Amino acid sequence: MAIDNEIEVKETSRLGGDQSVGLVETQTWTFEAPLPLDCGRTLSPVTQAYETYGALNAARDNAIIIFHALSGDAHMAGYHTPEDRKPGWWDIMVGPGKPFDTDRYYLICANVIGGCKGSTGPASVDPNTGKPYGLSFPVVTVGDMVRAQKRLVEHLGIERLLAVGGGSMGGMLALDWAVRYPDAVASVLAIATSARLNAQGIAFNEVGRQAIMADPDWRGGDYYGRTPPSAGLAIARMVGHITYLSDHQMRAKFGRRLQNRRAFGYDFETEFQVESYLKYQGDSFVRRFDANSYLYITKAIDYFDLANGHHSLVMALERIQAEFLVVSFSSDWLFPTSAAKEIVKALQANGVPTTYLDIHNPYGHDAFLLPNEELGRTVSGFLANVHRQVRKDAL
Amino acid sequence: MTGSDRIGSPASRRRVDYELIASLVADGARVLDLGCGDGQLLAALAHDKGCIARGIEINEQAVLACIQRGVAVYHGDMMEGMGFYHDQAFDVVILSQTLQQAADPVRVIREMLRVGRTAIISFPNFGHWRVRLQLLFTGRMPRTPLLPYEWYETPNVHLCTVRDFRLLCDTLDLRRVREIFLGSPDHRIGGLLANARASLAVFQVRPGPVPVPSANDGS
Repeated sequence: MAIDNEIEVKETSRLGGDQSVGLVETQTWTFEAPLPLDCGRTLSPVTQAYETYGALNAARDNAIIIFHALSGDAHMAGYHTPEDRKPGWWDIMVGPGKPFDTDRYYLICANVIGGCKGSTGPASVDPNTGKPYGLSFPVVTVGDMVRAQKRLVEHLGIERLLAVGGGSMGGMLALDWAVRYPDAVASVLAIATSARLNAQGIAFNEVGRQAIMADPDWRGGDYYGRTPPSAGLAIARMVGHITYLSDHQMRAKFGRRLQNRRAFGYDFETEFQVESYLKYQGDSFVRRFDANSYLYITKAIDYFDLANGHHSLVMALERIQAEFLVVSFSSDWLFPTSAAKEIVKALQANGVPTTYLDIHNPYGHDAFLLPNEELGRTVSGFLANVHRQVRKDAL
Repeated sequence: MTGSDRIGSPASRRRVDYELIASLVADGARVLDLGCGDGQLLAALAHDKGCIARGIEINEQAVLACIQRGVAVYHGDMMEGMGFYHDQAFDVVILSQTLQQAADPVRVIREMLRVGRTAIISFPNFGHWRVRLQLLFTGRMPRTPLLPYEWYETPNVHLCTVRDFRLLCDTLDLRRVREIFLGSPDHRIGGLLANARASLAVFQVRPGPVPVPSANDGS
């Protein structure tokens, strides 16, 4: 039962302070009923790793699912152990008194299928062979990820969510949910996202995939139990990080400054600070992420087009019943303001109540993961009004 | 279209013609407010009259205030924002004391009447006697409570008089459904000599070539 998942943390001893959900545990749930996939195949069994925060209320009208981005996981807030140095990936937004207020709302976050953080993915063991799937794992789509998480939400005893939300790829899942299950959600928070990735985004993803596949350790995806293709994955992550930062932010953060030296070495060591930063990001990523999952998830992002199977984006949104909050960041060139406006335009053509906010800041695509007062106030205000409306409608 | 200039006091800007405009909107109407500020008018229309209320606002802080009120608002330029709506999506489109700031007022009015059946437009009347006398006697650009700016900092690039606006309506083949005038912010006056007496004018217009016969107003 979902209600039993409530996190019990003593206020006084709460790790991370009063505004933290404190210690949390990732749970898993496995279903056997085959999951039909867009590629025509099915997946079974399917395990999903998830975390929940706050408590489901008696009316069951306060549940919110948040979808993570490309490299995220189910660990959205709080700490796994008292020794953890870093909290979950959206801890700044999720907790008691925070924008996704766990004193009011019941928050759910699950690792996507195809991922490598506890949910079934290419590194999982294929029950038919007893070996890791590798590239025999079916290609999954954003829609498949959403279908799997819908089953999880039903398993948790929730028919209709107060909100679905996410940034970047997470926003794509949120948009997909609203189209796929219009009756099962009251509101959508689509942050720094797009109804379809543009050619530039696909191009960067492809460079990342090619880097992985060009690594001799990749071995056609069959590297489990051997040396993983860390060099390729690190390069993929470096490319990714370039797209997450703005030009302004790179200049401000690194400029042309050198790292640990005063003059050029006239060699090919890491010299510039920006090189050092990217190298660090790449090296730390390979310790926590599976290269095959990177291939599968970027592919899912590339394939995503909300208008797929419909005549147009406008027609795709015809059955929407939710209220929308669309947020973009002015310096985000990976999921640019124009992409957000495309969503807003199609929503308004359908008369969907839509709020659009373009937050002016210099931090690029990464902005949605950074502390941001405007985003915080927007989310808390939007959710409070939606919750009020849901309760009014229930009377 | 400027917007940042108005940040000073979107709420007080609104207060003057706020109730007046609300009184012109029918229960349950679909309403779009251009430059909706902190969303006070829209929230009241939604709450008191059951209106379907939407706003467009360029100022980020004002948009945040709208969101706190539960008003669905588009953050951006009003021409761009209106462009997202299909023809006749609204019963009423409101433009409160912003027409004079528009780069192209005619385009704005035409777009308002594309997305809306009627438009409610309010503006400070540059034909008010105080404005006239200031220019006549001081020889300087007039400043009044509704026109508080120095000439070099004003966002008001297209000021007009009541008479100017009526002539524009005739030129554009717009039917003036309602005309309301305020002498001082809290004081409603009749149409007589409105061009000299009104500090603020509120017009409701719709497409149609039949002009409402107005009180003799050659003032």
